[in-house]
Amino acid sequence: MTSTPQAGAYTRERVSTAMRVTLLALGSLVLILPFLYMAGTSFKSNAFLFEIPPRLIPEDPTSSNYTTALSSNNFGRYFLNSLYVAVSTTFVVLVLASTMAYAFARFDFPGKRAAFAALLGGLMIPAIIMIVPQFILASDLGLLDSLNGLVLFYSGGAVAFTTFLLRAFFERVPQALDDAMTIDGAGPVRKFVSLYLPLVRPALATAAIFTFLGAWDEFVWALTVIDNPDKRTLPIAIAAFQGQHSTQWGLVFAASMIAIVPVLVVYVVGQRQFIAGIASGAVKD
Amino acid sequence: MDTPRKTVGLLGGAPRGTPPRGKSRRRTDLTPYAFLLPGVALFCLVVAYPLSRSLQISFYDWAVVPTQESRFIGFDNYLRGLQDGQFWLSMANVGVYLVVTVPGQIAIGMFLAVLLDARLPARGLFRVLFYLPVVTSWVVVALLFKYLFTTDGGAINWVLHDMLHLVDHNVPWLQQRWTGLLAVCALGIWKGVGWSMVIFLAALTGVSSELKDAAAIDGANAWQRFVNVSLPAIRRTLLFVIVMLIIGGFNVFISILLMTEGGPAGSTEVPLTYMYKQAFDFLDFGYASALSFLLAIVIAVISFVQFHLFRDDAIGARR
Repeated sequence: MTSTPQAGAYTRERVSTAMRVTLLALGSLVLILPFLYMAGTSFKSNAFLFEIPPRLIPEDPTSSNYTTALSSNNFGRYFLNSLYVAVSTTFVVLVLASTMAYAFARFDFPGKRAAFAALLGGLMIPAIIMIVPQFILASDLGLLDSLNGLVLFYSGGAVAFTTFLLRAFFERVPQALDDAMTIDGAGPVRKFVSLYLPLVRPALATAAIFTFLGAWDEFVWALTVIDNPDKRTLPIAIAAFQGQHSTQWGLVFAASMIAIVPVLVVYVVGQRQFIAGIASGAVKD
Repeated sequence: MDTPRKTVGLLGGAPRGTPPRGKSRRRTDLTPYAFLLPGVALFCLVVAYPLSRSLQISFYDWAVVPTQESRFIGFDNYLRGLQDGQFWLSMANVGVYLVVTVPGQIAIGMFLAVLLDARLPARGLFRVLFYLPVVTSWVVVALLFKYLFTTDGGAINWVLHDMLHLVDHNVPWLQQRWTGLLAVCALGIWKGVGWSMVIFLAALTGVSSELKDAAAIDGANAWQRFVNVSLPAIRRTLLFVIVMLIIGGFNVFISILLMTEGGPAGSTEVPLTYMYKQAFDFLDFGYASALSFLLAIVIAVISFVQFHLFRDDAIGARR
């Protein structure tokens, strides 16, 4: 008597789980299929680009798209350009934003609210609205066609968001630890370096992932200020290549795969922190 | 002269024991500014200054060549924008994009989040897979969709024509206004669902399971439990996602630029592609700045209204 409803609930739960997993598997297949098709196409020679029926797995796979992309089309160079810009931006943003977050979280000073409000206001405005005056500024500073120019503008664009993200974590460091170090005679810099930075390391990792991916994928600003082909980053190199050789999709996608691999590595390695970062920004009370 | 001494004081830590009062107070007064200075300086240079400059430029017939003089023309650029049919067409197109992609991302993202909100095998894997399009560069996915939507030999037409026989000829997706917008919307939804899913999932896991169980005992089915228990509980998150998706939707740019280039004949132009063309194809910096401010005003008004709803709703929910 008593076991029947329990067994029923148990079966119902198993059916429900099976249905959920099936639907999720179908959904993820639809979402992933374009990527698989792209990966397959990057191993196809030109003759098979628009074959009917389209094949996910190439019939006669070739790695020539990759060798051509890296050697004769300079994508190795663009990769290094992107890497330099993304790593430098991440470093600059982490240094500037963590010091700012520390000041906002742990000090009271005149102008604090106004400064924080100004930073937040900067977050609300779509970045592209400033593209004309930023272009004029970059030109006045002699930073057109410069990778360091990209770093400067990417860092300035990311610093407000990262400060906002980090501040909450600096605030969570217990005041007692801070007081203990003060009693030991530590000044603000030593507290920042040897107390706060180690304690907020997970947040720094999250911020680093966001900043790196943002700089790695940025397109519009680089398109606007980079003219010299040697200074191209991967996104503008890929778009320019597709524009010039509109039919060589195998090469375009080989280059795209080269651009995606670091993103995948960063994302898969840091995905837990990444997802937590997104969720904490949105669903907090 | 003063700077090195201050730095030493900050780095070396104060001498042990109690420092003289006056000195300590002065240091706490200046310290936060020292920590803020580099970041704030960069922010002012790269964001705040250009923003104010943008407003200034929008009131000028701006001369790109330094030897020529820019002419102050008041609100002429703004009036021109309001009378520019092409600008209104671009606003209509972004309206279409919002109407399709915002509900699309919310419905699918919510559906996936509800499915994932349970103890499941491979839950983490699904979450990673759904989020993959979100982290992939817009350039790569826009070119990928351009390839998929190719008229002759494209995978989408193959599915619709050769496999499902839904159309009797290959659809020239990116060569027509409505189908072009549809393709761009499909990309927007595909790339965005993972984001709304992650946010909804985080909110749903916070919904009390006792409430859901109580509703289940009262005989509520899954749909009723979702509408009457979960949905009201995550109302604030839902509003947040709507606001963010609308602001994000107005930023649609790279997908249009790379998939249709705003064509044919400007019919799929969105405000940002049109503004960008005015600035960097026609070098009309003044007009482009005015257009970007018109767009910013629209976004600001919509966000303002929504945040008010947000606040009222939050108050309502607390009671």
